[in-house]
Amino acid sequence: MSSAVVAEDLVKRFDTVVGLDGVSFTIETGELFGFIGPDGGGKTTLFRILATLLVPDAGRARVLGRDVVGEMWALRRVIGYMPGRFALYPDLSVEENLRFFASVFGTTIEAQYQQIAPIYRQLEPFRTRRAGALSGGMKQKLALCCALVHRPEILLLDEPTTGVDAVSRREFWDLLGTLRAGGLTIVVSTPYMDEADRCDRVALVQRGALLAIDTPSAVARRIDRPLVAVSGGDRYRALQLLRSLPQTRSVYPFGESLHYTDAREGMRPDDVAREVVARLEAEGVSGASAQPIDPTIEDAFIALMGSPDGAPAAA
Amino acid sequence: MSAPAIVVRDLTRVFGAFTAVDHITFDVAQGEVFGFLGANGAGKTTAIRMLTGLLQPSSGSASVAGHDVVRETERVKSRIGYMSQRFALYDDLTVRENAQLYGGLYGLRRGEIDIRMRRMLERLGLERAERSIVGSLPLGWKQKLAFAAALLPEPSVVFLDEPTGGVDPITRRQFWEMIYEAAHGGTTVLVTTHYMDEAEYCDRISIMVDGRIAVMGAPSALKREAGVATIDDLFVRLARPATAGTA
Amino acid sequence: MSALWGLLRKEVYHILRDRRTLTVLVLLPVVEVILFGYSIRTDVRDVRLAIVDPTPDATTLALRDRFTASGVFRVVAVSSSERPLDALFRTDTVQVAIEFEPSFGERLARGERAQMLVIGDATEPNSGSARQSYVNAVVQQYESEQAARRGGIRIVPEFRARFNPTRASANLFVPGLMALVLNIIAALMTALSLTREKETGTLEALLVSPLRPWQIIVGKVAPYLVIGFVSVLLVLLEARLVFHVPIHGSVTLLLAEGLLFILVALALGILISARTSSQRVAMMTAMLATMLPTQILSGFVFPLESMPSPLQWIANLVPAKWFVLIARGIMLKGVGIAYLWQETLVLAVMALVLMAAASHSFSARLE
Repeated sequence: MSSAVVAEDLVKRFDTVVGLDGVSFTIETGELFGFIGPDGGGKTTLFRILATLLVPDAGRARVLGRDVVGEMWALRRVIGYMPGRFALYPDLSVEENLRFFASVFGTTIEAQYQQIAPIYRQLEPFRTRRAGALSGGMKQKLALCCALVHRPEILLLDEPTTGVDAVSRREFWDLLGTLRAGGLTIVVSTPYMDEADRCDRVALVQRGALLAIDTPSAVARRIDRPLVAVSGGDRYRALQLLRSLPQTRSVYPFGESLHYTDAREGMRPDDVAREVVARLEAEGVSGASAQPIDPTIEDAFIALMGSPDGAPAAA
Repeated sequence: MSAPAIVVRDLTRVFGAFTAVDHITFDVAQGEVFGFLGANGAGKTTAIRMLTGLLQPSSGSASVAGHDVVRETERVKSRIGYMSQRFALYDDLTVRENAQLYGGLYGLRRGEIDIRMRRMLERLGLERAERSIVGSLPLGWKQKLAFAAALLPEPSVVFLDEPTGGVDPITRRQFWEMIYEAAHGGTTVLVTTHYMDEAEYCDRISIMVDGRIAVMGAPSALKREAGVATIDDLFVRLARPATAGTA
Repeated sequence: MSALWGLLRKEVYHILRDRRTLTVLVLLPVVEVILFGYSIRTDVRDVRLAIVDPTPDATTLALRDRFTASGVFRVVAVSSSERPLDALFRTDTVQVAIEFEPSFGERLARGERAQMLVIGDATEPNSGSARQSYVNAVVQQYESEQAARRGGIRIVPEFRARFNPTRASANLFVPGLMALVLNIIAALMTALSLTREKETGTLEALLVSPLRPWQIIVGKVAPYLVIGFVSVLLVLLEARLVFHVPIHGSVTLLLAEGLLFILVALALGILISARTSSQRVAMMTAMLATMLPTQILSGFVFPLESMPSPLQWIANLVPAKWFVLIARGIMLKGVGIAYLWQETLVLAVMALVLMAAASHSFSARLE
């Protein structure tokens, strides 16, 4: 079975800024694939190229076996695209928005009801409400419905969870899981690292380049040093202190604790933890504790990212 | 033990038949980092507007930096700093021009503004941004500079409204380190955010649901009491049955 | 085609739900016609006249009566010398003065030429020349009557403002008004509609669909074509009923030409929207590019003949100029396509060129 998306060395420049810098990847049919990364990294540019809205300056991309530049019209029939900020008409009602997008693809809500039912059922009580008056979570669901209503073979969702509250975000990912179970290929972009775990595979995007492409757990395991979580004590002082040590590779706040990695090779995680606590106590930071933990996607991102403004990561 | 920086008692705000903020009560100590959480529509923004003197309460009272928000509104405004995600700095002015503008608004003299600005830029490692047009800078720089600008007049209380939208994890952490540093220096920081993991960085947090404060306390204590692993889980549990903002 | 119907239906929803814009669209033709019709008058009426008559006699008195009787002039001062005139003009007590030569009547009786000086306040050049013509008309009328009374066959020149005997300004304004109204509806509204799609981000979603660019354009623009057409009807109706503006020629032809002009304006609207994604910018561009030229360079209010030739040349590029010519031709002169085919051709060419440019500018992609 051929892949759903194949991209080779995609390059896109905007004046002097490089939007995409030679990006290559493959997405398999039926996968739930996530592009994870902060704003300005190139996610939207990439999505627009895949959706046939932009032409790359170099490189090629094929979606569902068709070239995004040469076979534009064939693709536009079968792609379900949800641009960032939800393309919805605020002065039209929920039903009118959906009906419109259905008609654009030559179908009707009634014909596709079964397809969109799991999502639409949640919207139905608000059928006549103006889209502009919906909450963020509801808008999100409506936009998803509009993208699905014509039974696309692939979904391209550009930052569908940005700016939406935590509850709606979870519900949205539940919906995506259901859709994927039905065999639909879904490509999502998001700046929220924790959402990465809900994808089959992820690609970390930063400044027009892909830092890693793999399953979430594999990406997390990219950190080849023990990771220790330090909690308790005066966090600020602990942070300053650990940062000043020569053997520290990285230390940063992470939720309630600090995440610390040591630059020295071959150390056992428990030893690292013990040493950290001892060092803190010696410098007057008492009440701290440390334990080794498994890294998350976010830890991997930070390690792979390097400096946010330019210098490459310390490998 | 000095007086609390923020004192709120039964603060309420109604809009017609809708109660946006419903008798909230809390204190924030000086030098504390307080996280003000809640879903969209839960009342956070309205509450912040009242505390910053932008909106009159319908009833109840609040004092910020020792001044009553209703009776001494202008005094309050002169003692606080404010930064939000939507507006921070003017995109078509340089960093220095922005600093001059902000400082001037608070009555600082040009010379003093320059000194403070340079000190801050040095600490951030962004000296070379002084003469850059803000719009041309990367998002992460802009946010850090915006925070620095809010701190320029050395306020005793700073209100940050969703300050870390969309930036990469490293920049977000650097931002939070700036917050810690400010707090360490005695500035009280009240932050609203919808990144629940950032809630964990705060000394104490409160979660608003339907205009009321549902829980308040140190993140670790709250998690332990509710038996959840993350603040995110706690939030979901509280927000799910909410009636406001569901559609 | 269901896609096109879907688009049309959506556009109608937008128009109907935007209460403010809807009100403007409906009231626009009505208000504009009334405003222009009643407030701006270059009609000549109630002109304050001073008479300087050093030797009043039967002839001068008869002429003086004629001026009063014409209904256009009102004699406010009579004097036997010029001296008071300066002050009268300066204080605006008087707008025109007529000075008879001494022994005016005697000279005429003797068969000599008698001179009559007409002095006008030229600070308003348009009215000034109109007043002048009226004075001439009164005098000529008197003269021809006198010649007829004396007998003899003479060719009597007659001055009459042809095609607009009462020179009612409404007759002149209505065609220009139609152009103005259509510019607002067809050009401005279309530009706003398209840039609004860009601003809400929905254009992106529309593009990733089987809809071709021409379908999107037609769907967006068709409602404004209908509204424009209805507005033209409204303006004509109003002009007829309220101001009694005649339509001597074929109404069908007029409406057809109106449709042609609407197409030009629509194409302009699309072109404007292609260059910007901000509604504010689109609005300002539309006003500068369509409404301003229509008001100044179409011959609608200010006669083109009194403009310097470079401007007259530029006016040829303004579609409204041609439409005003056509509309005036049909309404006031009652001529048909045989006389107007050149102007119609110009409009048709403009329409084709602009529509080609517009469809070229509307890309199927985001760049």
